[in-house]
Amino acid sequence: MLDTQKDEGYTTADGRKIGGVAMEMRNITLRFGGVVAIKDISFDIRWGEIRAIIGPNGAGKSSMLNVISGSYHPQEGDVIYKGYKRPKMRPYQVARMGIARTFQNIALFEGMSVLDNIMTGRLHHMKANLFQQAMWWGKAEREETENRAQVEKIIDFLEIQHIRKTPVSRLPYGLKKRVELARALAAEPSILLLDEPMAGMNVEEKEDMSRFILDVNDEFGTTTVLIEHDMGVVMDLSDRVVVMDYGKKIGDGTPDEVRNNEEVIKAYLGVAHE
Amino acid sequence: MLYREAGDFKTSYVADNQTFPIRFDRIGYYVILGVAFLVVPLFITDYWANSIVVPFLIYTIAALGLNILIGYCGQLSLGTGAFMAVGAYGSYKLMTAFPELNIIFVIILAGFITAGVGVLFGLPSLRIKGFYLAVATLAAQFFLIWLFTRQGWFYNYSPTGMISAPTREVFGYPVTGPRASAVSMYMICLCFLVATAWLARNLTRGSLGRQWMAIRDMDIAAEIIGVNPLMAKLTAFAVSSFFIGISGALLFTVYLGAAEAGEAFGIDKSFLVLFMVIIGGLGSIFGAFAGAAFLIVGPVMLKLLLVNTLGWPTDMAAHLEIMIIGALIIVFLIAEPHGIAALWRTIKEKLRLWPFPY
Amino acid sequence: MPDTLLFAMEATLNGLTAGVMYALVALGFVLIFKASGIFNFAQGVLALFAALTLVGFQSGQIPFSHLINAIFGTRLHHFGWNMPTVLAIPATVLVMILLAILIERYILKHLVNQEPIILFMATIGLAYFLEGLGDVMWGAEVKALDVGLPKGMSSAVDEATFAWFGYGFYIDRLELWAAGIAAILVASLTIFSQYTKQGRALRAVADDHQAALSVGISLRFIWVLTWSIAGIVALVAGIMWGSKSGVQFSLSLIALKALPVLILGGFTSIPGAIVGGLIIGVGEKLFDFFMQPIIGGATENWFAYMLALVFLLFRPQGLFGERIIERV
Repeated sequence: MLDTQKDEGYTTADGRKIGGVAMEMRNITLRFGGVVAIKDISFDIRWGEIRAIIGPNGAGKSSMLNVISGSYHPQEGDVIYKGYKRPKMRPYQVARMGIARTFQNIALFEGMSVLDNIMTGRLHHMKANLFQQAMWWGKAEREETENRAQVEKIIDFLEIQHIRKTPVSRLPYGLKKRVELARALAAEPSILLLDEPMAGMNVEEKEDMSRFILDVNDEFGTTTVLIEHDMGVVMDLSDRVVVMDYGKKIGDGTPDEVRNNEEVIKAYLGVAHE
Repeated sequence: MLYREAGDFKTSYVADNQTFPIRFDRIGYYVILGVAFLVVPLFITDYWANSIVVPFLIYTIAALGLNILIGYCGQLSLGTGAFMAVGAYGSYKLMTAFPELNIIFVIILAGFITAGVGVLFGLPSLRIKGFYLAVATLAAQFFLIWLFTRQGWFYNYSPTGMISAPTREVFGYPVTGPRASAVSMYMICLCFLVATAWLARNLTRGSLGRQWMAIRDMDIAAEIIGVNPLMAKLTAFAVSSFFIGISGALLFTVYLGAAEAGEAFGIDKSFLVLFMVIIGGLGSIFGAFAGAAFLIVGPVMLKLLLVNTLGWPTDMAAHLEIMIIGALIIVFLIAEPHGIAALWRTIKEKLRLWPFPY
Repeated sequence: MPDTLLFAMEATLNGLTAGVMYALVALGFVLIFKASGIFNFAQGVLALFAALTLVGFQSGQIPFSHLINAIFGTRLHHFGWNMPTVLAIPATVLVMILLAILIERYILKHLVNQEPIILFMATIGLAYFLEGLGDVMWGAEVKALDVGLPKGMSSAVDEATFAWFGYGFYIDRLELWAAGIAAILVASLTIFSQYTKQGRALRAVADDHQAALSVGISLRFIWVLTWSIAGIVALVAGIMWGSKSGVQFSLSLIALKALPVLILGGFTSIPGAIVGGLIIGVGEKLFDFFMQPIIGGATENWFAYMLALVFLLFRPQGLFGERIIERV
């Protein structure tokens, strides 16, 4: 156990209690060949908060998310999760430790129904072995039913009852995004990673999605890390914001602090925003 | 008016998860099972058993197996012929080494042996996929067949290099060897088919089936969601090979009676089963049945038409047959990549709304 | 010099010449894969089909005569003339181009943007179709193919090696010719792709489909072009294999040997196809030579695939291929 658990968190402006440190990134450096994608970045994520990572294109936000979800292994630095240094592990092992995510370019399983996609999210809540499943006896059938009940709660919550049995490939973009969120939520994650949850949406869909993100945080107390381009949305949603530019951290704090940060203003306004 | 979901309310998730959610389908399923077990045995003749029914039952098992690997888990294999050979030679070695062992256990054990070999040759799938994997499975195909034709231990050093199945009985009825009757051959194959189809259905509707399909649809995302690719792919190889091994064991012990690996289990068998899966429908249990039926019955019909009716030479009919099969594969891949099963599904969807499609 | 070493050297030389043959088939694969990303399983059958057509033209066979006879009860077989080779080869080239056009129009066009695995399976279907078509058109019996290439033992090699080692190596003159022709083929393909407009378009498409389309290169034309070239390469391979061992079904099985060649060489590299072919050719001959006493013969059936398997596990991109990086 490392010494990160001492501090007790803070209370947000709207009165939500934020807990101690859930995950801490310590001096992360990530290189691809000669290219440095992330350069010596440190920040923490606290229980129950909505943490945003923002920055211009190519700032290294997605790489950072991939480090958290275990897809990329940084050359230097440590990921401290629940007080322990996380060893190098495969992405599926990271997922089983309670980290779920959505993807920037929707990564749903196109050949499966909405229900099956969301059920896939509950993978590590299902323990029946090959033989039990082959016979469909006892544990296998019981688990299927129990987990189905859990999934139905999420389906209700995200208001996608009507498309439950529809093949994902037939859904429009906005609904796909919502199903992907449902799949991530189905895992009952400790930390939820959202990679540009509002990319490509119209205003109405963005409002819906923002509401869902806030509701999820409210209802389940899920710690959420999100990457987003839309500054307005980020500032409204998040409790604290990390700002990245060219792989470096240039700001970290509440939305108000970040908004008044010289360097952030330079990065966002000084260069043309795409 | 019978084919409806309306009014057939599901009040539990168990009921909602069942295999045939529409009552009409459920009744149809029991009727077919009843006919298969009670009516067909009364009428089956040697001709029907040998030319159509028994090969259909046996190849359906192989198609179920390959469909799990390709259709559900997305891993292309061209080694089906060799895995069937493993089942055949496994059952042969078991039958000759343990003459007292019941044939049913022999066939199941041969399935497990094949599963083991399948896992071994499935290991490369962790690093490679698509046609790279297809080449790796070709290695299995050619190496295993070489092993079975060149290494005397596998065929008990028989001078002809052939293996032949001794007579074995179930409940006093011979099911293998020359004394086996059409009915007993039919019944043992039917029992194995029903059992394997039931297993396949269970495995594909649960958590494991979803892991396979996740790997198939998007393997990188699947791993990030929490699917262990090693486990998912290797279980698919194991289950698939288990089915294919049982099919190979039945083909040798019950149907052929005597076999030589190169002849009976060459690469053409791999393609035959692959075509059954493609034409029947990738990722569908029903598709395995449909594809096997199509490719077993089709050539028989074609031969009846061309050779027996029109009097064409046999080799001409055979050449036309492979031409037609090749063309059908292309047509299906272009027009309906999910095969006969998808056509059937479309018809059913229409039927559910008939006669008021709006 | 000990005999074993001499025999091994001879096996190596034979392996090299066999490797040239594998490389010829692999070359056709690489061309199509580079231009369209399609793994063309039918390449070997294409060689068989080309060779059958060539023999058919040469001997003045009537196409589909068996089918016509079966339907109408006639007894047609030959036109009654023999076409000289200099005419028969261009005629076969025309047939292969026509075939390329038909393949593009009736298959590829409908499978644009499909997953590679679907396209791969479609080419398996195509292989079956062409195999049946070849048999229906020209009959399935084994045919001798003679385009006037010299055959038999090369006495020059025999004498030279006898003078050096006191033991004459047996090399078929046909195989020396095959090596020479393969070299010419590769050279002309290189010149074509480097110095002609179509060649540049081809390389552009191979590099980036979208970009090539956006500068006005017609993808459909490129496909017809590559399949035509692949058909011509198949014809060359068909002539070589056909002259050596007769035109028969087993010819299409050499296509399968080309698959491990490609794994070794990398799917996108022409030099890779050549080197891969040579490695496989030499490897399987030497392996068989040394292992036969221990594990028995006919290891040539699987050696290439097993070697490819080992390669796949440790270097999936092949010797010369480009590394594949994937992300969500």
